[in-house]
Parts: sequence; structure tokens; C-alpha cells
Amino acid sequence: MRRAPSNATLRALKVMVFAAALLPAVFLVLATFEIGGQSLGANPIEELLHEAGEWGLRFLLITLAVTPLRRISGLNWLVRFRRMLGLFAFFYISVHFLVYALLDQRLALGPIFEDIVERPYITLGIVALLMLIPLALTSTKGMMRRLGRRWQALHRLVYPAAILGVWHFWWQVKEDIREPVIYAVILAVLLGIRLFYRLRSPAR
Amino acid sequence: MRYKPTEKILASEITDEADYLNRREFLKLAGIATAGALVSSACQADVAEAVAERPIPGRSLGKVAKSDFSTTAKPNSYEDITTYNNFYEFGTGKSDPHRNAKDFVTEPWTVTVDGECDKPGTYDFDELLRASALEERIYRLRCVEAWSMIIPWVGIPMANLLKRFEPNSRARFVRFVTLYDPTRMPAQRRPILDWPYIEGLTIAEAMNPLTIMAVGLYGKVLPNQNGAPLRLIVPWKYGFKSIKSIVRIQFTEKQPINTWQASAPHEYGFYANVNPEVDHPRWSQARERRIGTGLFGEKIPTQMFNGYGEHVAHLYSGLDLAKHY
Repeated sequence: MRRAPSNATLRALKVMVFAAALLPAVFLVLATFEIGGQSLGANPIEELLHEAGEWGLRFLLITLAVTPLRRISGLNWLVRFRRMLGLFAFFYISVHFLVYALLDQRLALGPIFEDIVERPYITLGIVALLMLIPLALTSTKGMMRRLGRRWQALHRLVYPAAILGVWHFWWQVKEDIREPVIYAVILAVLLGIRLFYRLRSPAR
Repeated sequence: MRYKPTEKILASEITDEADYLNRREFLKLAGIATAGALVSSACQADVAEAVAERPIPGRSLGKVAKSDFSTTAKPNSYEDITTYNNFYEFGTGKSDPHRNAKDFVTEPWTVTVDGECDKPGTYDFDELLRASALEERIYRLRCVEAWSMIIPWVGIPMANLLKRFEPNSRARFVRFVTLYDPTRMPAQRRPILDWPYIEGLTIAEAMNPLTIMAVGLYGKVLPNQNGAPLRLIVPWKYGFKSIKSIVRIQFTEKQPINTWQASAPHEYGFYANVNPEVDHPRWSQARERRIGTGLFGEKIPTQMFNGYGEHVAHLYSGLDLAKHY
């Protein structure tokens, strides 16, 4: 087993990862206020909506990559970044939802309700978001301790949430599905690795 | 069939290009004019405001007649109209055509006319334009994706153009084809759609006075990303019907299969009339986002036939528009 980095190194790394994960949000804020040549373009609401949603999915996939990477590389300290990455996924997905509800729909509850009930891709997105909320709420050390074994069971919700999230993305694309296919392939690999390890050592 | 035109189309009072450029002087003059004149000039200043600070690039099309079909609503900015495009031949992202169509060469350009007509042949672009005097048509454009713009096109009435080819009695439809040349339209290298792009209209739709062959925008030559050098405009139909960069016009007896219909027949039909009551299977068509209204713009209700019902509703009497979407 390789030696883990010192706590000080980990802390410095965490600050760097945090700053990097915040960069997309910083660029979106700059673009919103058209600072430094950034711009959201002709349809700013759509741009914010799509960017936040895609970053949410990216961070979800990055979070899901932590455990396989740790298994394959033996770098167990990688798990110390998992909570932060998962919370960034939740952050971007929440922004995505808020842009939809506040800016795109302007809190018009009728049309929002109609969307959720009648548009399957929006139904999928909402269900995925609802699955992620308890995970964010129970992400603290205290909740982990309090829930014990049930914590892990609960947090397996991230798998269906990620599947629904990619499906949600795929379903709203008009014709050019290259991007959602990339997300789906990455997700399939990440879940496949887990399945592989599980089948190899059923006793846990 | 139910529809209610919510906007009466009035004779437009659109400021011409020289006034756009001189609008500061213009406004100064307006300031010393009488109160009554001030009110009327304020309307014109509104249109001038839509234009970017920079002059509109491109070669001027010269004298362009105004049209009673134009809306008096304020057009979208040149920048919005030329940077937010669906033109899959140059990429599927909204800003791809602006980037990737820069070097697209449209001269020389010929259009092949064939099928059920007495004057088939291959016509040069300039020859086609001689069919009619240029007109400015400020139209609403409603995309099937539920966004819309107001665009000051320049073009010629399609009827005047098509009549020159003398369609015969078997000509019930007009089929339009976009250029297929992957070396010049890079995204045609990938099979996103079944290239070349094809669209069709009934002969009555094609001859409707609203239908134009557009060759310009804001009084200048049509930018590449907007479908240069010539494109169809049918303002009561979803934007994808208004096929770009046309190289072939064919008069047919049978209803053509248009590209989006071939690609997803349950989502896109032949008619594709703007209709707030018939939703896209995946999203609502009841409201639309008007481009240019910013982060806090409210969606506006979509109008039946995009507000052009008084000119086109008669074309569809007796047709079940939920079935013939």
C-alpha cells in the first residue's frame, strides 16, 4: 500500500480542487454580467440552464469515478475528495433547477407542474434531483455516523440518479446525440467497474 | 379551426438604413420638433434602437421597398439574428453556423429548376432575382424549439419567382433542396440528418403572398449563417420549414418528404404550422421565448399560425391540424 499524503498536503489539495470546481460557476457569473469578454449569447437563460446542467452531470460522473479510481490505483485517500465533488454536483444541478424554475418558468407553478407531469425528460430530471437531495442533506460526518450502515444503502441512490440524469440529457437533445452518448458511455464504464468488483468478491 | 390574430398587421414605418446611421442627428431633430412629431418619431427611434452600435456589415442591396406584411414590432438585433442559428450543415450548436460559415463562398450560385413545369433549367442567382423587385419583410420567426425572433428579411415574393418557371397543372407541391457539399458545409460529413436538407410546400403555400425567397437581412446581403445566398421564408410555419442555401426547386405531383419529417416523423410533420395547441411530443408549444429579452424576459403566448392566420388559415380549412402537424 502506498503511503497517503500528509494531512497538510491533503488540505492544500482540497483547497485547489474546491477552487477548480468553482471555476465553471465563476465563468457563468462573469458571462452573466458580460465581464472580461464573456457572454451568455442571444438566449442567456438557455445558456445558463444548459451549462449548469452539464456541469452538474460532469461532477456527478467525476464523483462516481472516485471509488473505481481508488480501487484500481490503491490510492485510498482519494475518497477524501468524494463528498466535496458530490456536493459540487448537487450545487450545479440545483442551479440548473433554479434557472429553470425562477428564470425560464418565472415560478409559474401551472406550467412547471405540467412540464413535470407531461414531459418525460423533465419528469426524469426532477426525480433525479429529488434523489440527490437526501444525499446532500446526509453528507455530513455527523449524519454518516448516525446512519451507520444505512448511510451506504441510502447513498446508493446516486446510481439511479446518475442514470436518470444522463437519460434526461439524452431525451431533450433534438438530433445530435453525440454528447449524451459520451456521458452514457462514461457512466456505463463507471457502473460496470463496480459490477465487476462486486461479482469478483460477493462476500463483503 | 380556431384562431385569433392578436396582432393587426399595419403598414410599417421602418426606418431605412441611412436613418439608422444618422439616428443621433435624427433624434436631435426630433427633440426640437412639435410634440406630435415627437410621438411619431419615437416609434421610429424604437426600431433604430434595435440596431447594434456598429453599422450592419455586408454589401447593401440598394433600394428596397417596404411591405404592408411587415410587423411594426421592434426587430431583433443584427447580432442576435446572426449568432443564434440552427443551420446543421455548419454544426448543431447555436453559435456554430456563425463560426463555421465564415468562409462559405456563395458566388457563383445556380439553382436547378425541374419537375412539373414548362421552363425547367439551371438559373443563375442574379437571373432569379430579376423576377421581382426586392422588398423588406419584417417577420416573426418561431422556431420549433419554442424561441422566436423578429427579423427584417429582404427578398422577393416566391409567387413571382415560381411563376417564371410556368408550373403545369400537375405541380401540386414545391420541393426545395439545400446545397450538398461537405467540403463547404463541414457538418455534412456527419450523418446527423439525411443530407441534403429537403423541404416542401403545397403550391398554394408557396404562392401565398407571405412566402418569400429571402436574399438579405437588414438591407444587406444575407449572411452565410442565415442561409446565403437565398432561402425560403414561410413565417407562419416553424423555422425549420424555411430551408436555407437552396440549389434546387422541383415541382412535384406527390407530397415531398422533408428532412425533419424523415428524421423523426412522430415529432415533425410536413405542414409544421405554428400551433400553440399542438405540442411537440417532448415540449409545449403554447409559449415562446422571444430572443433579446434577456435573463428576466417572460415567455409570451405563441399565436396560431404565428399571428399570420388572416393570410393563411384558409389554406387549411377542413384539415385536422393535430393530425397534420
